[in-house]
Amino acid sequence: MSAIAARRRTLPGFGLTMGLTLTWLSVIILIPLGGLFLRSTELSPEQFWAILSSRRTLNALRVSFGLAFAAACVNLVMGSIIVWALVRYRFPGRRIFDAIVDVPFALPTAVAGVALTALFAEKGWLGAPLAALGIKVAFTPLGIFVAMIFIGIPFVVRTVQPVLQDLDPEIEEAAGSLGASRWQTITRVILPSLAPALLTGLALAFARAVGEYGSVIFIAGNLPNVSEIAPLLIVIRLSEFRYADATAIAVVMLVVSFVIIFAVNRLQRWAQNRVPVH
Amino acid sequence: MTIEVKNLVKIFGSFKALDGVDLKVESGELLALLGPSGSGKTTLLRIIAGLDWPDAGEVSFNGEDALAQGARERHVGFVFQHYALFRHMSVFENVAFGLRVQPRAVRKDEATIRARVKELLDLVQLDWLADRYPSQLSGGQRQRIALARALAIEPRILLLDEPFGALDAKVRKELRKWLRSLHHEINVTSIFVTHDQEEALEVANRVVVMDKGRIEQIGSPDDVYETPATAFVHGFIGESIELPVQVEAGVVRLGDRPLRLAADGLAPGASKLFVRRHDMLVGPPGSGAFEGAVQHVRNCGPVQRAEVALSGGETIEIDAPRDRELRAGDTIGLNPRRYRIFAG
Repeated sequence: MSAIAARRRTLPGFGLTMGLTLTWLSVIILIPLGGLFLRSTELSPEQFWAILSSRRTLNALRVSFGLAFAAACVNLVMGSIIVWALVRYRFPGRRIFDAIVDVPFALPTAVAGVALTALFAEKGWLGAPLAALGIKVAFTPLGIFVAMIFIGIPFVVRTVQPVLQDLDPEIEEAAGSLGASRWQTITRVILPSLAPALLTGLALAFARAVGEYGSVIFIAGNLPNVSEIAPLLIVIRLSEFRYADATAIAVVMLVVSFVIIFAVNRLQRWAQNRVPVH
Repeated sequence: MTIEVKNLVKIFGSFKALDGVDLKVESGELLALLGPSGSGKTTLLRIIAGLDWPDAGEVSFNGEDALAQGARERHVGFVFQHYALFRHMSVFENVAFGLRVQPRAVRKDEATIRARVKELLDLVQLDWLADRYPSQLSGGQRQRIALARALAIEPRILLLDEPFGALDAKVRKELRKWLRSLHHEINVTSIFVTHDQEEALEVANRVVVMDKGRIEQIGSPDDVYETPATAFVHGFIGESIELPVQVEAGVVRLGDRPLRLAADGLAPGASKLFVRRHDMLVGPPGSGAFEGAVQHVRNCGPVQRAEVALSGGETIEIDAPRDRELRAGDTIGLNPRRYRIFAG
């Protein structure tokens, strides 16, 4: 019976690939994460709670998650507009702009951080005119926000782009001939069709921004309680040999990130079910 | 609603999609635009719908300039070959779309919209699918929903671009009949594009045959089949035998052999002789205009299809009734019951 079932399986190699997948995921992801949790159990619940409820930790988490979410939202809007322009119009230099989108993927984050800091410092090209308006970017939370936008943008563009490319222009023509205005076509037809991809892009950009370290620490100023991100606080605790403190913050980041990504995933699943795949 | 198209020209790069098209469509007609791919039929339809714009020429609805309006204002129902249904909306919402996007001043209330959608789904006999999504439907069902959606806005004109092109042969035949009776019921001026001659001849009141951006012939299905106006129409519609002939001094020659065919009123010079396959009658050798040897015979339903090598070396295919069995190697005479000769 099972021999027949095995022979009937048309795709060979299930056992091998599944085994490799599980081993690999365990070695690369699950075991390190498990170690992290194990380490944090060295703390008593009271100690754990004390570390987390300290003002500095709470502020660092607030800065990290709050700004990451805001940056992801900005990326969602701007990324969608960039995708629209890149996919729908043919203009000179389109391929170059298309390639530029990937730069934040490839650039060492420290380089990005230094460049952004130089640009937005009080005497920088963009910093100087902004300072004249009374806006200070470098060494403030606004700087963190800018860095998070920078590193997040390709995630939105690259997830939404293929979906928009596959979207049949005929459905826009159909909406138009049925009397829909351009705006109605966008809000009622195009955006709902893109919703699953948009949510994925949002989640990826958010996750990336939460975990970002390199580019942010250069521009942030790293003032405790004001512009100190949670990953930096972890590094600081490590350098003070307060390993348990570091793992406690890490565990919280991990759990919160996981919950948010899981929620977005559910949302995406829901959106996708409304657009069943063929 | 009458549609009038005058001297329409549309150029894509170096390709002339429409090369001076004139057409008048009467109110309530069901017109077919028939032609091979690249003949400009879809371009013509899209220009009438307002989805494309001509480089020159006029389009008017009831004498009123249509080119001054965009697709949105023209009030034209358009059905796409690949349905173009909104896949994130249920069937019901797809049909309701045109009613929901109306400007607030004229928009109907929810109850009226629901009643209207129900009525349309009944009309296309798919009311039981209202809550499904397009991806859960078969091709034929999707196309009927697309049609219901186009009809929801009470269009002045209904345009269908290869409406059955993506469907299998059986569903296609059913939908053809259905479309004709639906048109009879709603009686909206309708134009559909097709490359399938059978579809055009069976469904339409009038057929427009197009080739290379020009109209070759406009006429009833009988007209275009029985009296093709040009060599292209004869070759495109129905199965034809085409032979290059010479007309000289009232004599038609195939190669160096004179044929016993009347050549009254024909311009001298190189010409083309067209005969429908089933109009080539088989007789004893020496009895007809042609002589030939049967090469192969295949039975195709009610007829036998024979490949015949003519004495001059040309090979033709004829459809003969099965009452007299043909065999490979037979020498036969052939006489066209009806034929047409076109110059060029």
